[in-house]
Amino acid sequence: MSLLTILLQVPFLPEQASSFAQEVDMFYLSLWALTIFFSVAVAVAALFFMLKYRRRRIDEIPEQVEGAMALEITWTVIPFLISLFIFGWGAKIYYQMYTEPKDAMEIYVTGKQWMWRAQHPDGIREINQLHLPLGKRIKLTMTSEDVLHSYFIPAFRTKADVVPGRYTMTWFTPTKAGTYHLFCAEYCGTQHSGMIGNVIVLEPSEYQQWLAGGPKEASPSATGQKLFASLACNTCHYDKDGGRGPSLAGVFGSQVKLENGTTVIADEGYLRESILNPGAKIVAGFQPVMPTFQGQLSEEQVLQLIAYIKSIGAQEGAVAAKPAASPAPPTAKASPAAPTTQAPAAQGGQKKD
Amino acid sequence: MATEVMETTSTRNYLNNGHTVKSWLLTLDHKRIGLLYLFSISIFFAIGGVYASLIRLELITPEGDLMTAETYNKVFTMHGVMMIFFFLIPSIPAVMGNFLLPIMLGAKDVAFPKLNLLSWYIFILGGSLMLITMINGGIDTGWTFYPPYSSIYSNTQVTLAGVSIFITGFSSILTGLNFMVTIHTMRAPGLTWFRLPLFVWAHYATSLIQILGTPVVAITVLALALERTFQIGIFDPKLGGDPVLFQHMFWFYSHPAVYIMILPSMGVISELIANMTRKRIFGYHFVAFSSLAIAVFGFLVWGHHMFTSSQSMYAGMVFSLITYAVAIPSAIKIFNWTATIYKGSVSYDTPMIYALAFIGLFTVGGMTGLFLAALGLDVHLHDTYFVVAHFHYVMVGGAIIGYLGGIHFWWPKMTGRMYPEVWGRISAAIIFLGFNLTFFPQFVVGYLGMPRRYHAYAPEFQVLHILSSAGASILAVGFIMPVFYFAWSVKFGKKAGNNPWMASGLEWQTSSPPPTENFTYQPVVTHEPYEFEHVEEIKNAGKLENKTA
Ligand code: HEC
Ligand SMILES: [Cu+2]
Ligand SMILES: [Cu+2]
Repeated sequence: MSLLTILLQVPFLPEQASSFAQEVDMFYLSLWALTIFFSVAVAVAALFFMLKYRRRRIDEIPEQVEGAMALEITWTVIPFLISLFIFGWGAKIYYQMYTEPKDAMEIYVTGKQWMWRAQHPDGIREINQLHLPLGKRIKLTMTSEDVLHSYFIPAFRTKADVVPGRYTMTWFTPTKAGTYHLFCAEYCGTQHSGMIGNVIVLEPSEYQQWLAGGPKEASPSATGQKLFASLACNTCHYDKDGGRGPSLAGVFGSQVKLENGTTVIADEGYLRESILNPGAKIVAGFQPVMPTFQGQLSEEQVLQLIAYIKSIGAQEGAVAAKPAASPAPPTAKASPAAPTTQAPAAQGGQKKD
Repeated sequence: MATEVMETTSTRNYLNNGHTVKSWLLTLDHKRIGLLYLFSISIFFAIGGVYASLIRLELITPEGDLMTAETYNKVFTMHGVMMIFFFLIPSIPAVMGNFLLPIMLGAKDVAFPKLNLLSWYIFILGGSLMLITMINGGIDTGWTFYPPYSSIYSNTQVTLAGVSIFITGFSSILTGLNFMVTIHTMRAPGLTWFRLPLFVWAHYATSLIQILGTPVVAITVLALALERTFQIGIFDPKLGGDPVLFQHMFWFYSHPAVYIMILPSMGVISELIANMTRKRIFGYHFVAFSSLAIAVFGFLVWGHHMFTSSQSMYAGMVFSLITYAVAIPSAIKIFNWTATIYKGSVSYDTPMIYALAFIGLFTVGGMTGLFLAALGLDVHLHDTYFVVAHFHYVMVGGAIIGYLGGIHFWWPKMTGRMYPEVWGRISAAIIFLGFNLTFFPQFVVGYLGMPRRYHAYAPEFQVLHILSSAGASILAVGFIMPVFYFAWSVKFGKKAGNNPWMASGLEWQTSSPPPTENFTYQPVVTHEPYEFEHVEEIKNAGKLENKTA
């Protein structure tokens, strides 16, 4: 009896705390309904035939039933149609999950054996925790310092591998305040099961309070701007054309013409490659003189440089020496620039939004 | 199946044709080689089983208390490696395929008997290297060997393990090659393609995968070993490589490898159901061609293991769609088997119990595969216990249940003795119960978010883990029982006679155990498989009154 009560207390679904959760659960439950229907149907038929047609005489030879074309077609076509339906529903959810969201607040995440680091738009960092404002669309841009990891929040029904050498993306809108599990889902070595943490969804006002209480740090783009100067990137990349390297203002999200005649879209992955492996794609009209920064930068620093490059709009100056850049209107493609551009002035980790 | 049916009364058979160790280790007889495999893979299964028990013991409590995280990681890796590469992949083809295929074809042996023996030696060499790896501390990469962890970060014996798998692969390739040539060239007079038992069709499809797929995994582990040993950048981005490339290469083999494990088992189930119900398999052609369809389509779906890997979203959609296409032939088989029982003459002997268990468990295993192939749902399910539960339903509930059913069915042919029927049924029932108790809770805990390969876990998952561990102990009892009653039966079992099941099929027309050359005459086939009015034993049984089925 008590065993039964314990069993009945085990939930069948995790908490629903993101905008995806409900539909994924509906889908899941529908598939169970289908599974139960088919398994029970097959089991009942098989058991019924076994009882009804049990061997009665040792020399019994049953009358042979030849295969029936109509039946074969029926049980090929019906599963096929059901499969197509499942495929379509799954593909629809997947498309939403993996399409870049518009107007999302962007948080940078780096995985490392065996911890998760996150940096918020105004610079606040945290380890193995992720504080989020309720109801706001959040996009995580993620990479790994070492091996494969995977960022899994069961209550949100989202997961994306965190891959060294690439940026991956996951997004969600938290819909319920509370504390939820964060798990590393891709095996990553000894302490894999310890690479866990909490996702804490706060009311927007509490989130602001939390931000204010955090240690004062510069935003990723402000730190990136400093790096841009200290690594002497600005000796080649001016704010206007005319340097040895192309101007980086407004490059993010634009089409870049390459020396070999092709074009690429300058996304995060391209910028990362341009910094770490500049020889891979040469911009048309320039010499391959840029040195590689492979091995000199942590993944976090690369992300900060990228955040800075993203923050400089078309008319913006890329002059790194002075933090004089005034807030720029975000370009269409760039992620919300508001927190990043105002941050240099507000070195004190101020938040607005 | 053959026109001539003779009672072979001679006591000379493949087992007593030489008793020395040398006569076994240098044998070219496919039946003896089959038994060599049976013996070796049983040892590997036992080792894999010990590792499984350690996993279930550790997971009784949420804290990692029984062993360190490092040990746990090695334990689940070795469990997977042993069970997949050294038990499941060789299981039915190397044991029953070797033993039965030539007899079912009415041939004296496989096409290349020496190559067949060589395959076993290669297998043993690979297996020994894996045992050495194990004694040297084992590996902790998971059976999937994902780099850059496996190539750069792990400081366990990855290279040695890679060499072992590389070598073992050749055993699989050569066995597949041997079977394919045998099926093409050594069929008895009159044995046309559509007179072949479905067991043979399934092995044909399996051989195709072994020949085409295994070289790819060999190349993959070789590349991994090169990166690890010489720092050649293939998979690690720090060396200029791409870790996702490995996943593509690995699953290009390892998805079809799932079918290397399940297709032969489906072949066994077709034989069991036909013979235990005395019915021709409903939709014989559909079942035969569905094996080939699975083998071919199986090569086009590897990307369904990578929906969250950063693979392109559109690639994911294509892989998902094709995966649903592969599900259809499996469904066709299930429906046709069930329809075969209809209006049959159903025996309740152990092989039929296993066949029934297969239909039930494989249906659940296959249907839960539809969950995982559904893109948006897999994002949540990927790398959780849901996946673990799913593939154990397919691999244990499907492949191993088929293997055990087949061993019970052909045991009298292999040894000349019957196993004790009552014990057979009891152990089958225990396995069925223990299995479901072990793995069903894992579907639930997986959806709740428990990731796989976790040494310690959140306390709210404990109840389900305890159920699972309790089930595992029952399952273990079910697996151990046959070892004892089979061993007992070799000496004390009832004499089987040529055809204890009154089955159709060439293998039941020769003596039990068969003579070294399989038949003392040249069999000629004049009709399709599973035509029971040609089975002499059934006709004769009617005349003898004192037996009941
Ligand atoms: C020695 C001069 C030099 C330095 C120093 C330099 N770059 Fe460059 N960079 C170039 C040149 C030349 C190109 C264009 C040719 C190419 O694509 O490699 C370029 C290209 C780029 C691009 C691609 C731009 C586009 O329009 O597609 C990015 C991004 C970039 N650099 C970032 C940086 C960053 C960040 C630093 C500092 C860490 C840096 N560079 C330092 C010379 C330099
Ligand atoms: Cu991990
Ligand atoms: Cu697969």
